[in-house]
Amino acid sequence: MKKTLFDKVWDAHVVKEIKDGPQILYIDKHLIHEVTSPQAFGELEQRGIPVFRPDQIVATADHNTPTVDQHLPVKDDLSRNQLEELTKNCKKNNITLYGLGHKYNGIVHVMAPELGITQPGMTMVCGDSHTSTHGAFGTIAFGIGTSQVAQVFASQCLLLQKPKSLRVNVNGKLKSEVLPKDVILYVIAKLGTNAGTGYFCEYAGNVFEDMSMEGRMTVCNMSIEMGARGGMIAPDETTFEYIKGKEFAPQGKEFDKKVAYWQTLPTDEGAIFDKEYHFDAEDIEPMITYGTNPGMGIKISENIPSENNASFEKSLAYMNFEKGQSLVNQKINYVFIGSCTNSRIEDFRVAANYIKGKKKANNVTAWFVPGSQQVAQQIVKEGLNTIFEEAGFQLRQPGCSACLAMNDDKIPEGEYCVSTSNRNFEGRQGQGSRTILASPLVAAATAIEGRIIDISKQLN
Amino acid sequence: MDKFTTLTSSAIPLSIENVDTDQIIPARFLKATSRDGFGENLFRDWRFKKDGSVNEDFALNNAVYKGSILVAGDNFGCGSSREHAAWAINDYGFKVVVSSFFADIFKGNALNNGVLPIQVDKEYLKELFDQIKSNPDSQIEVDLENQKITILATDSSTNFEINPYKKTCLINGYDDIDFLISNKAEIEEFENSKA
Repeated sequence: MKKTLFDKVWDAHVVKEIKDGPQILYIDKHLIHEVTSPQAFGELEQRGIPVFRPDQIVATADHNTPTVDQHLPVKDDLSRNQLEELTKNCKKNNITLYGLGHKYNGIVHVMAPELGITQPGMTMVCGDSHTSTHGAFGTIAFGIGTSQVAQVFASQCLLLQKPKSLRVNVNGKLKSEVLPKDVILYVIAKLGTNAGTGYFCEYAGNVFEDMSMEGRMTVCNMSIEMGARGGMIAPDETTFEYIKGKEFAPQGKEFDKKVAYWQTLPTDEGAIFDKEYHFDAEDIEPMITYGTNPGMGIKISENIPSENNASFEKSLAYMNFEKGQSLVNQKINYVFIGSCTNSRIEDFRVAANYIKGKKKANNVTAWFVPGSQQVAQQIVKEGLNTIFEEAGFQLRQPGCSACLAMNDDKIPEGEYCVSTSNRNFEGRQGQGSRTILASPLVAAATAIEGRIIDISKQLN
Repeated sequence: MDKFTTLTSSAIPLSIENVDTDQIIPARFLKATSRDGFGENLFRDWRFKKDGSVNEDFALNNAVYKGSILVAGDNFGCGSSREHAAWAINDYGFKVVVSSFFADIFKGNALNNGVLPIQVDKEYLKELFDQIKSNPDSQIEVDLENQKITILATDSSTNFEINPYKKTCLINGYDDIDFLISNKAEIEEFENSKA
């Protein structure tokens, strides 16, 4: 029987099948953060159940943290309480925590891969839907609710139905100004926000094979935005090279042994998927969104489509856009480069490369937020911070920041923000804020111009 | 978890598609460390205007609509994994959400909190919306044992799917933790086989 990458990893983790019911799936790594874990710890405590495998859990503080003055006590009482609760719970249960200020602190989906915690063939979960990010390594990784966080605490397992399989193939040559973010925004615009619901998605084709690990993470990160619980890319030399030498990666002979296993994981030739889609890389251009879900995306060169239904019209009314309108030259006052989608070193290299020698537009407030302490240090090491500062930008400290605006990084009501994050839902970046999703290149260009430009035209 | 067997109630219509969990409970209300009280902020930015006054146009604020069944547009609960969305719906008083499509994570979270998500086809969803809007007092009957939902006034009914394991859990008020812990010996055996 020919197996997919997903089948191979899943089947290797099934502890038991229940007749007419779900399967018990073993979880190798459990990542936690301050927002979706306190009620799970509370539940265990209330029921007198101990944490079963604390050494397979890693915690970070990211969702609710300030991105300035992290050395000072957190001002917001509720946020501070949530962070203190995480520290207390980790200490009590012997769980490793990379809290605020720790050299490994960062957004959970940036921190774990760069430390070598994420490895091919693993099962990983976190109380965060963008856990799909880790699928870039050939890992089954998906977001869970807090009740499930408690289940993994108690048993290192989950009760699950095996999802169906879906493969998205993109082949051909990408234009130089088209980034991984554009590829995934294009795919979601084509397939819609629920095409993947009930499925695990594999991304295949030379476009993904040619991508860096950072690019693959950006793609897998947004799998949930088309409804898929997770997305995966077959591990290859690029994957092994990235993991090699990382802090918690296997070392020496152990590493070679793992690589030999990882090389058996890619989907067998001829394996059947429940659903399959093919796209042509040449058709992809830099993308932006115009509505209030990530499926409402267009090429920058295109106009907003005209659909006659109440939900579409409600969405355009919220954004204050018209059917048939072009977004080129739309004035933009806010730009956010950050989030678990696009806050890795490669994203800041792209931004710095464009910004070098230019000046920030006067009307623009821009927040550049590295995904982790390690990314922040690398930015300094490569001198990118100097490029940003000379252009009038300032780097902030790591965290989820304006992606979900739980901290003070909120976009004011009615303002547009060109953002490298993953969701353009109503009010996502602050009450009444209007989010336009884009790549770090498009975001950097918007910050320089103070308006949306047709980046392909400018660069070619 | 509360047990769920049957429910007969009027329903509140929310005829919006792609209702995401950021609308169900905005991120700024996720700072609590307990599960209680989220109902107060359910659909916060749709229920209240920016100045804090009540948005009379929103279905939940319309006095003619009441009940413990929420009938919502396609792709309900998409977006973030926050279980706070299911807690908010439960805490507000809903025991059933009906839609033509649910996002995966929300569906699981709802079931883990004794809230029954019922997926019906688009025609039946339209029938429900039409019935509730023409007569807001219309009683809807949900029978979990027989996996059946009925509009009592017209006797129009349809069957719905639910995983047999989850059905047993809801009917008996069981949750997954006890079940998983009861399998600990096999879990440890699995670990040893991989070591």
